Amino acid sequence: MNKNGKLYFEIDGKPCYADAGQSIIDAAKANGVFIPSLCHVEGVKPAGSCRICNVKVNGRVMTACTTPVEDGMVVDNDIPELIELRKAIIDVLFVSGNHFCPSCEKSGNCELQALAYRYQIMVPRFPYEFPLKDVDASAEHIFHDANRCILCKRCIRTITKEGKHVFAYQGRGGEHLQIVMDKELASLLTEQEAQEAMEICPVGAILKKEQGFIVPIGERKFDKVPIGSDIEKQ
Amino acid sequence: MSKPVLATTSLAGCFGCHMSFLDIDERILKLIELVEFNKSPVVDIKTFTKECDIGLIEGGCCNSENVEVLKEFRKHCKILVSVGECAIMGGLPALRNGIPVKECLEEAYLNGPTVGLNTENILPNDDELPMILDRVYPCHEIVRIDYYLPGCPPTADLIWNALVALVTGDEMKLPYEVVKFD
Repeated sequence: MNKNGKLYFEIDGKPCYADAGQSIIDAAKANGVFIPSLCHVEGVKPAGSCRICNVKVNGRVMTACTTPVEDGMVVDNDIPELIELRKAIIDVLFVSGNHFCPSCEKSGNCELQALAYRYQIMVPRFPYEFPLKDVDASAEHIFHDANRCILCKRCIRTITKEGKHVFAYQGRGGEHLQIVMDKELASLLTEQEAQEAMEICPVGAILKKEQGFIVPIGERKFDKVPIGSDIEKQ
Repeated sequence: MSKPVLATTSLAGCFGCHMSFLDIDERILKLIELVEFNKSPVVDIKTFTKECDIGLIEGGCCNSENVEVLKEFRKHCKILVSVGECAIMGGLPALRNGIPVKECLEEAYLNGPTVGLNTENILPNDDELPMILDRVYPCHEIVRIDYYLPGCPPTADLIWNALVALVTGDEMKLPYEVVKFD
C-alpha cells in the first residue's frame, strides 16, 4: 500500500495503483492500460459473461471485470497466451452468430469487430454455424437483431423502462439460449432511450431505427485507431 | 527467371473485389512487371494455359459451377487467397443460409413482390444452369485456402501489399487502416 491509501499492483510489470474494491479492469483503465472486454460497463455490476478480459492473476486466469485488485497483485495482460485465448473467444463469437459486417449498421463502431481488427484476425479458425435467428422490429424506435447478439448481457443489466428490464435471457441451460426483447416495454422507449440502447450494445444487435449508416466510412469510431488506444494514450 | 503467374476469378461475388484490385491504380504497371497473368477476367484469359503461382478468389460457393472453378484453381495454383468477405464467410449471398433452397427459389421466382412475368410459374431448370447449393459455402470449406484478405471489398492497399509480399517473399505490411471487414 502506498502513502495515499491506494493499493499497489502491477500489470505486465507496469506499476499501477487502485482504490480498494476497484476491479482490475477499471483500475487498469485508470492507469492507462487497456484490458479488452465485450460485456463490461463501467459503474454496472460486472457479469463476467464474455471472458475476453481474462488476465492472469498471480499465475491464474481470472476475469478482470469481476476480480478486485489486491495489494501486491501481479497481473499479466498483454501476453501471447492470453491474446491467443481472447482471439479464440472472438473467433467463437464470429462463427456462432451471423455477423455480416458489410451490411451491418454498427460496422466501424462495433466492439467485436474492433477487437478482431486489434488482434488482426483475418478469418475465424472455426467453421461458420449460420444459425437461424430472429429479428424483432416491432418497437417504434429500435430493432433487436438476434443474429448479431453475443449474449453479453449488457442490455439486460442496463436498459430499463418504468423500472422493468426491457431485455431478458430466454431458454437458459440449453442450446436455445437467447436474449429477447419485451415488445410492450420496448415500444415505450423514446428516441433518446433507443439511442442509448444502441450505444450500450457492443455489436449491432440493438439498433436505433431510421438512422442507419449515419457516420461516413473513415470517420467511425474504429476506422483509424484500434479499440483501447484512447485508454493507452493517457 | 520467369515471373510468378497470377490467376483470379469471381465466384459468388459482385466483382467488387476485382474493382478494388484495379484501384491499385498506376501500380498496375508495376504489377505487370512483377507477375504474368493467366486465367483472369482482368486479361480475359478464360482457361488455365499453365500452372500458376498465385490464385485470387473472390466470392464464396453458391452453385456447382463455383465449386468446379474453385477446385480447378486449387489444382492449378500453388497459393490460393480468399479475397473479400464472400470468399471468407459467404458474404451477403450467405444471408440465405438456413433458409431451404426451395423457399428461396419460390420467393425469387414465384411469390416475390416483383415477380410478374413468370406467368407459367417456372423455376429455373435448364440443364445448362449450374445447380444451386443447399447453402453458400466459404471457400475454405471446399478447398484448402492459404491466405485470407478480409474486406467488402478489401482495400486496394491490402491486395497490393499481399501480392507484393507473396511475390517478393517479404513480410506483408499490415497497417491498422487497411484491414477492415466492410
